[in-house]
Amino acid sequence: MADYAIYTEEMKKENYTILVPNMLPMHFQMMEPIMKQFGYNAKIMDNYGKHLAEIGLKYVHNDTCYPAILVIGQLIDAINSGNYDPNRVALLMTQTGGGCRASNYIFLLRKALKKAGYGHIPVISFNLSGMEKESAFKITLPMGVRLIQAVLCGDMLMQLRNQCRPYELNPGDTDRLAKAWTDRLTREMEEENMLVSYLKVKKNYRQMVRDFAAIPMNRTEKKVKVGIVGEIFVKFSPLGNNHLDDFLVSEGAEVIMPGFLDFCLYCVYNSIEDYKLYGRGKKTVPIYRLIYRYLLKKRREINRIIEREGTFRPSTDFDHSRERAKDYIGLGVKMGEGWLLTAEMLELAEDGAQGIVCTQPFGCLPNHIVGKGMMKPIKEGNADVNIVAIDYDAGATQINQENRIKMMLANAREVLERQESERKEM
Amino acid sequence: MTEEMSRMTAGAVTTEPVCIGIDVGSITAKIVVKRGESTLYERYERHFSMVRQKALELICRVKEIIGASPVKIAISGSAGLGVAKAAGFPFVQEVYATAETVKTYAPETNCVVELGGEDAKVIFFDGGIDERMNGSCAGGTGAFIDQMATLLDLTAGELDELSQSYERIYPIASRCGVFAKTDIQPLLNQGARKADIAASIYQAVVNQTIAGLAQGRQIGGTVMFLGGPNYYCKGLRERFVKTLKLDDEHAIFPEYGRLAVAMGACLYAAKQPESYTYSELEKRLTAACSVKSEETVHARPLFADEAEYQEFVKRHSEATVEEYPLENYSGKAYLGIDCGSTTTKLTLISEDCRILYSYYDSNKGNPVEIVRGQLEKIYEMIGDRIQIAGSAVTGYGEELIVHAFGVDFGLVETMAHYNAARHFNPNVDFILDIGGQDIKCFKVHNHSIDSIMLNEACSSGCGSFLETFAKSMGYTVEEFAKLGLKSKAPVDLGSRCTVFMNSAVKQAQKDGADVTDISGGLSMSVVKNAIYKVIRAASPDELGREIVVQGGTFYNDAVLRSFELELGRNVIRPSIAGLMGAYGAALHARERMEKRSEELNRLSAAGKERESLKLGSSLISPERLAKFTHKAKSVNCSGCTNHCHLTVNSFEGGGRYISGNQCEKGLGRTVITEELPDLHQYKLDKLLSLGGGEAKRGTIGIPLALGIYELAPLWDALFWHLGFKVVFSGNSSKAMYEKGQYTIPSDTACYPAKIMHGHVETLVEMGVDAIFYPCLTYNMDEHTGSNHYNCPVVAYYPELLKSNVESLKKTKFLYPYLNINDEKELTKELTRHLSGAFGKIPHREVKAAVASAMEAYRAWMEDIHREGQRALEYARKHKKRIMVLCGRPYHVDAEVGHGIHKLAGALGFVVVSEDSVSDKADSPEVSVLNQWTYHARLYRAAEYVSEHDDCELVQLVSFGCGLDAITTDEVREILESHGKLYTQIKIDEITNLGAVKIRLRSLLGALEQRGKN
Repeated sequence: MADYAIYTEEMKKENYTILVPNMLPMHFQMMEPIMKQFGYNAKIMDNYGKHLAEIGLKYVHNDTCYPAILVIGQLIDAINSGNYDPNRVALLMTQTGGGCRASNYIFLLRKALKKAGYGHIPVISFNLSGMEKESAFKITLPMGVRLIQAVLCGDMLMQLRNQCRPYELNPGDTDRLAKAWTDRLTREMEEENMLVSYLKVKKNYRQMVRDFAAIPMNRTEKKVKVGIVGEIFVKFSPLGNNHLDDFLVSEGAEVIMPGFLDFCLYCVYNSIEDYKLYGRGKKTVPIYRLIYRYLLKKRREINRIIEREGTFRPSTDFDHSRERAKDYIGLGVKMGEGWLLTAEMLELAEDGAQGIVCTQPFGCLPNHIVGKGMMKPIKEGNADVNIVAIDYDAGATQINQENRIKMMLANAREVLERQESERKEM
Repeated sequence: MTEEMSRMTAGAVTTEPVCIGIDVGSITAKIVVKRGESTLYERYERHFSMVRQKALELICRVKEIIGASPVKIAISGSAGLGVAKAAGFPFVQEVYATAETVKTYAPETNCVVELGGEDAKVIFFDGGIDERMNGSCAGGTGAFIDQMATLLDLTAGELDELSQSYERIYPIASRCGVFAKTDIQPLLNQGARKADIAASIYQAVVNQTIAGLAQGRQIGGTVMFLGGPNYYCKGLRERFVKTLKLDDEHAIFPEYGRLAVAMGACLYAAKQPESYTYSELEKRLTAACSVKSEETVHARPLFADEAEYQEFVKRHSEATVEEYPLENYSGKAYLGIDCGSTTTKLTLISEDCRILYSYYDSNKGNPVEIVRGQLEKIYEMIGDRIQIAGSAVTGYGEELIVHAFGVDFGLVETMAHYNAARHFNPNVDFILDIGGQDIKCFKVHNHSIDSIMLNEACSSGCGSFLETFAKSMGYTVEEFAKLGLKSKAPVDLGSRCTVFMNSAVKQAQKDGADVTDISGGLSMSVVKNAIYKVIRAASPDELGREIVVQGGTFYNDAVLRSFELELGRNVIRPSIAGLMGAYGAALHARERMEKRSEELNRLSAAGKERESLKLGSSLISPERLAKFTHKAKSVNCSGCTNHCHLTVNSFEGGGRYISGNQCEKGLGRTVITEELPDLHQYKLDKLLSLGGGEAKRGTIGIPLALGIYELAPLWDALFWHLGFKVVFSGNSSKAMYEKGQYTIPSDTACYPAKIMHGHVETLVEMGVDAIFYPCLTYNMDEHTGSNHYNCPVVAYYPELLKSNVESLKKTKFLYPYLNINDEKELTKELTRHLSGAFGKIPHREVKAAVASAMEAYRAWMEDIHREGQRALEYARKHKKRIMVLCGRPYHVDAEVGHGIHKLAGALGFVVVSEDSVSDKADSPEVSVLNQWTYHARLYRAAEYVSEHDDCELVQLVSFGCGLDAITTDEVREILESHGKLYTQIKIDEITNLGAVKIRLRSLLGALEQRGKN
């Protein structure tokens, strides 16, 4: 029997606050009201700062990956803050159940809590693999659908924001609009019992694209395009990657960030591939196929709307990226970000990115294979793309990271100049 | 590298702009001033962390040259970024700048290797520019060479000169500077020649550059070598040229080598639109000097005010050991020697344990000479009045000194330190010792050592780190420590490895921190490293009540104060903090000699005589000491196929001491009287005997590394049954690793994975028809956990090999994704893949072969379990201690496991492996996700050890194994909850077993002491 605290029905009834670590500020903001609607009093963490890593290092084995150190630091810091009643609070942690040590974050958090004297606080496992069934936290189909909707909206906002930011004439326009839309969508998610109205969603999408297209922009000067790929947390979280996207924009680059839904699609696809390769999960594979097709359809909807409006680049079709990755890596590589990371680098090269930052926590095991291990063939096949691998860690310094990114940027700019002069000659 | 060069040409007055390129690296600043094609001024100097001031100084010096001309300027270099930002000057990244220089001045170059103070860079020019910099985990560059020179007590110039007369190269780990140091230190203490070590240091730098940056591309064609180290160190040049097999025409060392970045910055400056006047430059840089950036986090000052400092000084001056004037004493005395990694300490104590004489100094890379000199001095002082009745030595150089001077006893450091601390404070419950190289912590419970924690390569920030840092900034350790005490706002430098601290310091310098803040910050880092990395304590309560701190590093008041602040608790630092090892050794000598004389008395009372028990000390006599000489010679052992590099020390009038051996064979004496069962050796021998068969369908090569160590019997039987000849790549070796190091894309991967490259290259060379190495997401399901995964590296390394090892294109590389838990699926996939590669192979044939293969695997596992049982029974019958040497199946590899099992055998342990006992215990309750097959075995093995008093567990952990960050804590918890000791050994490329020996002997020492209580 497990000797850790479990989130019970009573706790749910008593409206315990569920603290959720932050990874994608816009996405997660919209998820908060959805979880509330389903009876979970979620609170997305908004505490930041260097002290979070310090707290994490105190309670977690220092050789553990950086995301675990940060996330655990963030949660313990929140409990320490006094803003929540430690006796009426639960924590939430994702759990993938894959072969990467990330599956163990939740246990590391429980150990850390014990060490910090909070052993009584229950930790909820957020997973789709049916682990920890005794918990009163259940991801039901309606809640899942709503959360996916938040992911889709978040991805779209992120995509539009990234494509506007470096070109805006009035500094801050893009961020103001992105915030306004995030707040508006959050409010809509709050409206109780609101069914996900198909028409309304699409209307929102169209309005969003129009609004972003209306930002006054100067697109005459070509900006170097830099993609960000990597381990899911340090890729997305500004806390994890020292505000990498802001740094790139300040260096005059346009950031391309493949979306969060791609990661969901990747996870779902892996169950299908597991059946293909090993004959595992024969009974459940039809369900995964169904979910995969559903997500793909939702993603394509957005792409069509962006395409029709015409100002912005849609994202590459997921199936296309997956097919292309096959030339480089087996789709059986499913630990961590697995083949998706390779696929995203290829997608970015195809999308015309001159540079890629491959982010990873120091010592990330899967990235030895799917990140650093695939750079050689990707560079050979795509001469115009410059890839730099950056390690993130409590001990790594920003100056070293920025210096290496600057090296990549200098070469990416040279490629851009050459491409531009070739274009003019034609 | 203090030689300076400058050239000045009188500047003619023209309107053509003067272009200035400034390169501020981590250690030096360089400036190049040009007008058009002509160089007006150039200079290369150390900046001693005064980054902005140095930039200003350089500019001021060219005032005359600039005159009234307009100036274009660009700044480059890792520390230049902050200067450029603060002054608002254009910045150019240094590797990009280098490429500019090379493209302009030497366009025929194919490849550039540039070493800086702390960064290594490689640029490939063919097929689109490809620029690379070392990752965060690599420290072997200019700063590393400087550090090593300090360690050898040489200047960088002397080191270079010495390296010219080398005779042999020692293998030195090339993963990072810290690892390399761990290899070098013991070499020194074992008496290896400095010239050989010097050349080996350069070789390590070369290997590291290649392993870290080549990443599958050959560094060849015309190669240009740039940067300070390549400019100044002839020995380094030679190692590069030899290793890369270049001839004189293709290895270019240009005169401008150390200025290439500044030249590139100059070229970049010329293209900039902005130009400035001299006074503008000066004004902006002056302003930049006074800006303090906000990015660096600062901690509270060490002392709030003078009163707090005085209280601190007073409190610590009270903890002293009684001394007694040597000249007034007569009678018996005991000598203790602590031959540490960087310092040598001696104490002579009276019968009542008072200190008569003590000595503490750096061993200057030659501990034998120091001890000889001290003995001479002591003999002179004591004359006939005092007799040295017993002597003992501890520390890294223990065995060397025992053999050189006939010292009576050797004891492991941990026990020596505990002896001393206990004598000092009988109630001590926690000891923290920070020395030059080691951090040792022990918890004491019921007057015996409860747990021992030692630092690892990645937590090695201690004394010698502070020392070399102080020196690199132009201070002595004492001055540096004093400066730290004055710090108003110590910088927060993190608690990771020393290499990371180097770059953290760089960042702080960039942000304008001065030397007092850096010194204070470094002291805090050393302390945080000890508390959070080594001890892994979340709160001071986990340490203890009566804390004694010792070791030379605690002489540094800034470190002591930081420790107290971090703990929020006062501690005791004995006045002889640095001598505790030597003092403990002297106490040990005294205790043992007294016991011996008691024993003799007893025997003589019984009327017996025993020749082996001598009353007097065996320490070298003054007469023989006068004739003492010491010679060190290196040879290769021919005792077995390992061919260990041995260092033979001969002492005239003394003995002979051989070091460097993995086993006892090469020692020229027969120590091993009985062969104890050793499961690691048993498994290895069996696996190495696999292979063979008739090549009816062809020859299959299988690399014997990583997961193959688990499944070799399965694949061997499979292919044998299908009519293939099976060839395994054999035992690993350092040479095999080096063969494949060019193609490693990620240098932070574990050594067992990196060595895979060499295995694959070996198979390609053998000319096999195909190489088989499957991808296995899932390992064997032993139904002991919630899943049965492999780790990502074991599971998918074939994908990485396929993408990075060019030579695999010369053969067929089969790496199918297989399900080894389902014979039907396995048959299906194998049929498909093998038929694709070798023409149709009937399904039923594969089916039968799979069935036999599975049977072979089952038989193999049963055999291991049986053999484990036999070993356990043997041990119990013969009253031997049992060591469960845990790890992964691939840790039995001779190169990966470094023969640690042999060492354990030599210490009297019967060695069994985790998979040979995991069947003999149930899965314990674990508080982590138990879903990896290998981990599940670890937990069961730990459970087995917990249930048996005669078993001890030692866990081998490969550096870089992320998953073991989880298993180590868990295994420790299982053991400690049953009152067992936990010992972890981190292994990597490092071949020297000095530290491992200390750990295992400490374990033995603690066990013996527990037995006594």
